[in-house]
Amino acid sequence: MVNEGESGRFEVEVEGWAAKDESGILSPFNFTRRKTGSHDVTFKVAYCGICHSDLHQIRNDWKTSQYPMVPGHEIVGTVIEVGSQVKNFAVGDRVGVGCMVWSCQQCDSCSKDHEQYCEKVVWTYNGIYVDGSPTLGGYSSLMVCDHRFVVKIPECLPFDAAAPLLCAGITVYSPMKYFQMTEPGKSLGVVGLGGLGHMAVKFGKAFGLKVTVISTSPQKEKEAREHLGADNFLISKDQKQMLEAARSLDYIIDTVSADHPLHPIINLLKVNGKLVVVGMPEKPISFHPATVIFGRRFVGGSMIGGVKETQEMLDFCAEHNISCVIESIPMDYVNTAMQRLEKGDVKYRFVIDVTGSFSSPKAN
Amino acid sequence: MVMVNEGELSRFEVEVEGWAARDDSGILSPINFTRRKTGSNDVTFKVAYCGICHSDLHQIRNEWKNSMYPMVPGHEIVGLVTEVGSEVKKFAVGDRVGVGCMVWSCQQCDSCSEGQEQYCDKTVLTYNAINADGSPTFGGYSSLMVCNQRFVVKIPETLPFDAAAPLLCAGITVYSPMKYLQMTEPGKSLGVVGLGGLGHMAVKLGKAFGLRVTVISTSPKKEKEAREVLGADHFIISKDQKQMQDAAKSLDYIIDTVSADHPIQPLISLLKVQGKLVLVGLPENPIYFHPAAVISGRRFVGGSSIGGVKETQEMLDFCAEHNISCMIENIPIDYVNTAMERLGKGDVKYRFVINVAESYSSPTAN
Repeated sequence: MVNEGESGRFEVEVEGWAAKDESGILSPFNFTRRKTGSHDVTFKVAYCGICHSDLHQIRNDWKTSQYPMVPGHEIVGTVIEVGSQVKNFAVGDRVGVGCMVWSCQQCDSCSKDHEQYCEKVVWTYNGIYVDGSPTLGGYSSLMVCDHRFVVKIPECLPFDAAAPLLCAGITVYSPMKYFQMTEPGKSLGVVGLGGLGHMAVKFGKAFGLKVTVISTSPQKEKEAREHLGADNFLISKDQKQMLEAARSLDYIIDTVSADHPLHPIINLLKVNGKLVVVGMPEKPISFHPATVIFGRRFVGGSMIGGVKETQEMLDFCAEHNISCVIESIPMDYVNTAMQRLEKGDVKYRFVIDVTGSFSSPKAN
Repeated sequence: MVMVNEGELSRFEVEVEGWAARDDSGILSPINFTRRKTGSNDVTFKVAYCGICHSDLHQIRNEWKNSMYPMVPGHEIVGLVTEVGSEVKKFAVGDRVGVGCMVWSCQQCDSCSEGQEQYCDKTVLTYNAINADGSPTFGGYSSLMVCNQRFVVKIPETLPFDAAAPLLCAGITVYSPMKYLQMTEPGKSLGVVGLGGLGHMAVKLGKAFGLRVTVISTSPKKEKEAREVLGADHFIISKDQKQMQDAAKSLDYIIDTVSADHPIQPLISLLKVQGKLVLVGLPENPIYFHPAAVISGRRFVGGSSIGGVKETQEMLDFCAEHNISCMIENIPIDYVNTAMERLGKGDVKYRFVINVAESYSSPTAN
């Protein structure tokens, strides 16, 4: 449990919703944030996406949760104040913050703009900031963030549908760029059609790839093909379909966080093919070495993306008119949304309409 | 257990002597068989030496459940050319040549056109496979080889003939992924798991590429030789938790040569962010690791199988230039069963090489 005093430590009063224990039930919660420091950007939160990680964390699935927990790391809003050292942002700007609010800025990873791999990275919520305070996320009326971790949301992107780009979007965009999945004509498999999966399909098509969705749900096929533009659709439990598609894919992005066998998925890879795991199943990954040896295939993982890369992705989305398919909800629907999210009952991301749910933030 | 049709042994014109396993006991004994006469695209050579690969041990004992008997193993074969076919321009009588793990592939698929014939769906392996003409392939524990020129390489004059033989499998099996993953940037750091035939070659090649090399082993007694003879910079005992923790996130690449089952997750912990682990040994059982191990640092685990023919020639030329060859124990062919037992216990520094030429009379031609 977070020390009671921490929630009243600072000067600016903020309203939010927090989980108080591992039941994960969220309820209104008042707390405080620091006033705008010289390097900070303060913004009134407009929308915040609900990420599957939020569900895991409010329920302490990963055994690292601190309560009370204000989740939310797909946060967009309008700037109301900037610190004296901040040149890149101005009052009125449309901005966003994703999964990180601080990193060391000195290590190899930081110098390569891969802050997410920094050993000292501070997560937007459920972390400990450099001043010792617990970090509290975007299910709240106001955010204060170091300008190095703030990005601009391009004007032409719908504000609410842009929010999930800050986690779901970048989590698939980053490995797609890293592996140069941008050569038109190559073939990409996307396992799982949720928040991450539907973005991978959209990016894949924008990069000119042939995209195959691999799913357990036949009812997702129509939408996958007609709205998202997928070229092929495989039911992963259909052995015949899977065998016919053996060795047909250059890359696979696996977004599924439920435990599932990897072996049949690896078999879909061509020689030299690469499978990137971005979902976080609970149990270990397992496959026979022969599966990768006879075909020089690789299986690896990737985690979100750096700040610079996030901005690049947002600009790419603006250029190609890509944003997330969302269901906009009021804040007090959030517990129901979590239950539906657990069953995969959402196309494809819930986004909390935060502005509509709170009064203006009270400043000191 | 599949038995080769008896008639296959005498199908062709050229009589050859060899040693073969007759059943899954894996015990080898003398065998007479025949090879085709030199075709227009063939290179025929008198075998001088043949390396004993760990795969030979697996296959004579049918551990991979696909063995055909009688089996003449051997896919690290060097010798002197005695005849070339009419279409063969690159090789001449008297040349020092070698053949590795493959004797044919389709030459049309993506993998073949990229010079990675080992990933072709139709590759024919040098032994325990079926040739394009339907005959079983017999390997280099024999007095004579006949091979399509596309799968023959030249052994540079400056390489010792016997110590060059294991390059044709052990050498290329580590060289290929090292080139593929560009482990050739001086200053980067490479971990080599297991110090046997493949492992010692990975250390030598790693040093030649200018890498800092760490050997990860279960045997403390290998440390002295690893550092002093092979040039390894560091040595870690994989079961020593403290050593493993101290080395966490320190390696850009790892080549895992171990074919016994062993845990992979502690090895992944040694990788830096974006590090890559390549499996080249073939353990029997599946490997396991938690997704977080790879997600939290964008690490990758993959595999690699031998190497293409052109790449094998490139490796041989590189070895000649850098004076690299294998550390071997030279044995007569009738020692082969004892060698197999010792190999099963890892009791060899670091490859047995059969002195074939001295073990046989001249091959009798028709």
